[in-house]
Amino acid sequence: MDWQQILTVALTTAFGPTAIVFALAAIGLNVHFGYTGLVNFGQVAFLAVGAYTVAMGVVTYGLSFWLCVFLALVTGSILALLLGAPTLRLRADYLAIVTIAAGEIIRLVLRAARFRESTGGAAGIQNFAGDFYSLNPYSPGRRNYTIPGTDVGLTYSANDLWLLTVGWAAVALACLIVYLLMRSPWGRVIKAIREDEEAVRSLGKNVYVYKMQSLALGGVIGAIGGVLFAVARQSVVPDSLGTLLTFFAYVALVLGGAARVLGPVLGAVVFFFLQQLASSTLRQAVSAGHVDFLVANEVGIVVQILVGVGLMALMIFRPQGIIGDKSEVAVSVRR
Amino acid sequence: MSAVEPTSASVAMRDVEPVPGARKPDPILVAEDIRRRFGGLTAVDVDHLEVQRGVITALIGPNGAGKTTFFNLLTGFDKPDSGRWTFDGTDLMGVPAHKVARHGMVRTFQLTKSLARLSVLENVKLGATGQRGERMFVSLVKPLWKAQEAEIERRAEELLVRFKLDHMRDELASSLSGGQRKLLEMARALMVEPAMVMLDEPMAGVNPALTQSLLGHVKGLREMGMTVMFVEHDMDVVHDISDWVVVMGEGRIIAEGTPDQISANQAVIDAYLGAHHDAPLTVEEERAQLAEAEAAIEAEDARDPEREEGDDA
Repeated sequence: MDWQQILTVALTTAFGPTAIVFALAAIGLNVHFGYTGLVNFGQVAFLAVGAYTVAMGVVTYGLSFWLCVFLALVTGSILALLLGAPTLRLRADYLAIVTIAAGEIIRLVLRAARFRESTGGAAGIQNFAGDFYSLNPYSPGRRNYTIPGTDVGLTYSANDLWLLTVGWAAVALACLIVYLLMRSPWGRVIKAIREDEEAVRSLGKNVYVYKMQSLALGGVIGAIGGVLFAVARQSVVPDSLGTLLTFFAYVALVLGGAARVLGPVLGAVVFFFLQQLASSTLRQAVSAGHVDFLVANEVGIVVQILVGVGLMALMIFRPQGIIGDKSEVAVSVRR
Repeated sequence: MSAVEPTSASVAMRDVEPVPGARKPDPILVAEDIRRRFGGLTAVDVDHLEVQRGVITALIGPNGAGKTTFFNLLTGFDKPDSGRWTFDGTDLMGVPAHKVARHGMVRTFQLTKSLARLSVLENVKLGATGQRGERMFVSLVKPLWKAQEAEIERRAEELLVRFKLDHMRDELASSLSGGQRKLLEMARALMVEPAMVMLDEPMAGVNPALTQSLLGHVKGLREMGMTVMFVEHDMDVVHDISDWVVVMGEGRIIAEGTPDQISANQAVIDAYLGAHHDAPLTVEEERAQLAEAEAAIEAEDARDPEREEGDDA
C-alpha cells in the first residue's frame, strides 16, 4: 500500500476542478435549500444549461467564449424563471417534482439524435475552451506542492492550475455574494420564508418574488459550476449530467453544513477527499490482494454505496454537518 | 375583575343598533355579500358587516362557525366565491395578502407563526415595511441600508421592551414559550404600523398567567389608535376587553352588540349551547340521540378498523 500516493491523489482531488464544480453547485443549493427552504432536486439542470451554453455557443454558433460565459448567467436565470413561474406559488413539494423532471428532460433533449447537429447528441461537444486556456499565465509542466516534511501534497498540470485559479476565485466570489446577501434585510426575508412563508406574506412581503430571486441566484451559481465542469474537461456529454450530480451536491451541502456560507465549500472538499481516499485505498488493496471478495471494477460501486451509507449516518447523527449550528439546523430529521 | 370602564370607544358604540349588519358611525372596514364555499358547505355567508374605527371588535362563534375562514378572506389569504369589501376606502377584493398588509390591515395566526430559527429581534425587524435593504441588489451594499436598519432596530427594541421580550432579543424564537410567541407575533405585526390589527385567537394555547398581560396588550393597541378585530370563542375574555361583539354561526352573522347585549341574546345562547340546552329532553329525543351516536360510532369503527394501531404508532 502506497499511502503517500493515496493521500496525494485524495488531496489533489479535494482541491481539484471537480471539487470546485460541486462546491458551486452546492453553494447554489445552499441558497435554495439551506436559506430559502426551496427543495430543488434538479440542480444538474442549471449545470447542464451553463455547460451547454458555452459548448454550443462556441462550437455550434461560433460565438466568443467569454460572451458565452456571460450568456450562461442569462440562460441560468431563464431556466429559473421557467421552473419557478408555475411552481413557486404551490407547496414546496411541487418544485421538487418539477426540478427532478427538468433535469432529466434537459439531459434527454441534449442527447436526442434529432438535435445532433447543434448539441452533438449522445457524444456531446468537445474542444470549445481554447480561448480560456490560451490565457493561461502559468508556464507548461507539472507542479508538485508537498506538505513540508512529507512527500504528501498536491500535483497539478499548468492547465489545471489556471482552471483552479479562476475556479476558486469564482467560488470565493459566490461565497462573498451569498455572505453579503444573507447578512442583509433581503437575507432576513429569505430565511423567514424558509421558516414560514405565510407569516412573511402577512407582513407585506411579496414571497413569490423573493423565492424567484433565490431560485435564479442559486441557479446562476450552479450554471457557473456547469461552465467550469465543461471547461475542465474541454468536453460536455449529456450522460455525465445525470441526477447523481445533484445528489452529490446535496451530500456536499449537508456534510459541510446547510445555511452556512462556507458549509458547501467545506463539504465539497471533504467529500471529494474522503471519496477519493476510499476509492484509491480500495483499489490498491484489491490489486495488492488484501481484499479478495472484490475485483477492481467493483470498487466504484462500493464507494458509491459508502457515500450513501455515509449520508444516512450524517443525517441521523450530525444533521447540521461539520460547521452547522444544531439549534438552527436547516435539515431537521428528528422531531 | 373590575367593571368595564366606559372608554371613548365604547361610547361611540352606544348608539349603534344591536342587529346583524348594523351601520356604524365611522367604519374602517365594510364587507358586503361575502360567500365562500368548500364543496357543498358554505363556510362563510356574510351579507353585511361594518367594523368601527378605533374600537376592539370581537368575532365569536362556536367551532366551525367560519370565523377563521372569514379572517382569511378579509386578509387576502383565501379568495371568496363572491363579495366585496373596502378597507379605509380601498377596495380589497382580489388583492393578494401581502398588499392587504401594506394597506394597513395586518393579521396574526391562530397557530403562532414565529420564525423559529430567526432571533427574536430579527423576527420583529422583519415586520418593518419599505426596507431598502430588502431589494436584492441594494442589499449587497450595506451603506445603502445601514441607517434605515439602525432606525428599524431602534423601533424593534422599543416594541420588545413594551412586550417584555427585550431580555430574549438574541434568543432564537423557537426558545420562546407559547404566550411569548403570541407577544412576539403581535410585536412583529406592529412593526408594519397597521391601522387595523386582526388577531386570530390571541389567547389560544396561552398559559392563564399570561392571558391578563396579553389582554392588556390588546387594549394597548386601541389606546394607540388602532382598530382591533379578534377571533375568540371564550365568552369571558370577550366580555372583558371588547367594545363590540359580532357573533357568527354556520357562516352567517347571527348577532351583533355590546358584550352585555350579546350575553343576553337568545340566538347566541342557542348557537353556543344548542336550542335545547335549558329544556329537558323528552324520552324519545334522548333515545333518538343515543341511537344516532351509537350508529355514528359503529360507522366509524367499520370505516377504519386499523385506527387503534395507527393511534399507537
